[in-house]
Parts: sequence; structure tokens; C-alpha cells
Amino acid sequence: MAAEQIDIIDLTCERDERELFRGLSCRLQAGEVLQVAGPNGAGKTSLLRILAGLMPAADGDVHYGGRSVLGGSGREHWRRSLLFLGHATAVKATLTAEENLAWLCALDQPVTPEAIWDALAAVGLRGYEDVPCRQMSAGQQRRVALARLRLQHKPVWVLDEPFTALDQAAVRALEQQILAFADTGGTVVLTTHHSLDHLSQVRQLDLGRVA
Amino acid sequence: MRAVIWQLLQREWQLSWRRPGDVLNPLVFFAMVITLFPLAVGPEPQMLQRMASGVIWVAALLATLLSLDGLFRSDFEDGSLEQWVLSPHPLTLLVLVKVLHHWLMCGVLLVLLTPLLGMMLALPWSVIPVLCVTLLLGTAVLSLLGAIGAALTVGLKGGGSMLLALLILPLYIPVLILGTGTMDAALQGLPVQGYLLWMSCLAVLALSLSPLAIAAGLRIGVSE
Repeated sequence: MAAEQIDIIDLTCERDERELFRGLSCRLQAGEVLQVAGPNGAGKTSLLRILAGLMPAADGDVHYGGRSVLGGSGREHWRRSLLFLGHATAVKATLTAEENLAWLCALDQPVTPEAIWDALAAVGLRGYEDVPCRQMSAGQQRRVALARLRLQHKPVWVLDEPFTALDQAAVRALEQQILAFADTGGTVVLTTHHSLDHLSQVRQLDLGRVA
Repeated sequence: MRAVIWQLLQREWQLSWRRPGDVLNPLVFFAMVITLFPLAVGPEPQMLQRMASGVIWVAALLATLLSLDGLFRSDFEDGSLEQWVLSPHPLTLLVLVKVLHHWLMCGVLLVLLTPLLGMMLALPWSVIPVLCVTLLLGTAVLSLLGAIGAALTVGLKGGGSMLLALLILPLYIPVLILGTGTMDAALQGLPVQGYLLWMSCLAVLALSLSPLAIAAGLRIGVSE
């Protein structure tokens, strides 16, 4: 399932009357990995939220496959193509890992318990299926959220700080997963303070320089 | 579509089952307020009967308000609402199911307690069914309208419970007047069908329009 082309056109973002960036333009082809970089407060999360359609842009547009994602049929198509993992992971502390994933996937497409067990095993949480997430460490909760990347087959991933709280082995595994996903034609937009310089495929977008 | 409704009901059920305090607090509040009235004003049946419907309705209204403050807050804070907004399923449907669950856990349980509390306030058995039906319809309206306020105040830092009360209480007044009016008519042996139909009208109106307002409120809350 290859992604279509994403065009960010002259995007301007304002928060509380303050301009974070102006005139941001960027084109992403299928199979590209874009790391949004910049100092704290540069608007990285805001850019991702605008891309996902959670926040309105002050000006400009985002196109996916040539159609605007901010309204109309393009928006519907974009929602069906997008997997957004926010800074807050949407993992409920009182629910178990399995219940969390069953619900988060059902918001889009229901998945079988077997698929959830496999995904949890793949992120190193075998045996934690029935453990309430509040009894897990921050890194394990992040892994529960990341298991969605294996369960929901979407061509575009938008990930806000996906490496937070992960140990080194998990960071490397996620990097490999992102690269493998890009090889199959998927597009990834992510923010992280963790350096991805050793991965030659990753494109950088520095918001500090756009503003 | 049916799968997502079922999954959501299941999730809400699991969440309230694991935090029973959230369900029990409004119920205990409701029972306590009503129990304290006979102790405070004295046990004369005539006086209690005159006050009964008002006391029960005000207590039900405040108990609902108490339970509404946290309706969307934890989903907002842990990022769940973002996923709801991004879901291909209509947000109006998801919030309608969530409010339905809230009504089952708050309104319907209040109604189940009501016959006992009504007896304590010296209400005759003949009017208890009318009271239960009006409360059943009325609490549905209270849950739906209250959820609009809960959605609008979800993004406020430091809890918007005061603002929620200010926003929502004026909207609750018609339900209160209609509810107690029904009971007055029933106690005097007058026909109550007209009142019940009006209450049903309010319930249908709230059911059809408030999910749109709740969804719009949540979208604003998430986009901040």
C-alpha cells in the first residue's frame, strides 16, 4: 500500500497570536521519511497536528494525492490513510494493553485478539496482554502505543516524539521498522530530539530556519 | 459501524467498572441529599409530600452535574480524543454512544433508587411510576445537554466545573420545571400525558441536536 504524494503549500501556523512559522512548503513522495527538527517551541508538534487535521492552519494548505486534506472528500481519504501517534499516546491507564489496542484499532478497523497478541509480542510485551497499563513503565506504555504501527495498515505515519522513553534496543527496532515501512512505499513524518543522522534515508526539515 | 459502537460500550463499561467511584459518587450524593431532608425539616407526611418532587429533581440535577465534569477530561488528557477526532467514524456517533453510557451509569441508576427515596418522602405509590418515567426522560436530557458543557470546558486548565455549572444550569431549568410540574399534576390526580409528551419532545430534541454540539465542542477543545 504505497502512499500518495503529500504537498505542504505555504503553510503558516499561529498559536496564541504568535507566529510559529510562515510560508512552509515541502513535497513528500511515497517512501520518504521526514524528520521535523527545530528548537523547543518552533512548532514541530503544531505542524504535525495541522498535518493530521487536528489543528487549523492560519494560512496555506496541505494536499494528499492532489486533494486538499483540510476539507471535502480529500479529508475523508486522508483520515483513512493516516496513522497519527500524538505526544499523548491515547493509552488508557486503567485498561490492559490488549483492551487499549482493541479499542484504538476498532476506531478504524477492528482487529482480532490474535493479531494484537502478535503485535504485543513484536514490541517485546509478550505476557503483558492482561496487565493494566498503569502498572507498566513509561517505556512499556509507549510500546503499547507503538504496537498500533503493526496492527493498522496505513500508508502514512505521523509520529510525534515516538522515541520518548524507549530503551536503546527499542529505539533501533523502531528505526528499522520505519525504514522498512518506507521501503514498502510508506511515508513517515516524525519529530524527535533523538538524532537520526546515521540513517541516510531520513530527510530533515528544520523549522528553526523556516521561521 | 456496529462493531465500533459495541467496542466503545465495552470500553466505557470496563473503564467505569475499574473506577467504580466515578459511578457511585453521584448516586451516593443523590441518596444523601434526599435522606437528609426529612431529618432537617421534620417527618410530617404532608410537608414532605409537597416538597418531594422538587427535592428529588434538584438532587438528580445536581448529581448529574457532579458526574459530568469528568466525562471527557481523562480522554482529553491522555490523547484519546485526538484519535476519536481522527477516526473515520463520525464523531457525533461516538459521543452519542459515550453519553448513552453515561446516562445508563448515572440517570438510569438514579431512577432505580428513586422508588425507595420517594417512599421516604411520603410519596404515594400511585405517583412513583410517573416520577420514574419523567426522571428517565429528564435525566437523558440532562446527560445530553450537560455533555455539551463538558465538551466546551474540556480544554480548560484547572478544571472548568464552576464554568460548566454556569453554562449548563440555565439549560436545565426547563427540564426541572417540567419534571416537577408533572409530579404536581400526578399528585393532584390530573392527567399527566401532556407533560410526558413535552418531556419526550425535549428528549428527542436533545438526542438529535446535542451530539452535533458535543462533537463541535470537542473538536474545538482538541484543536487548542
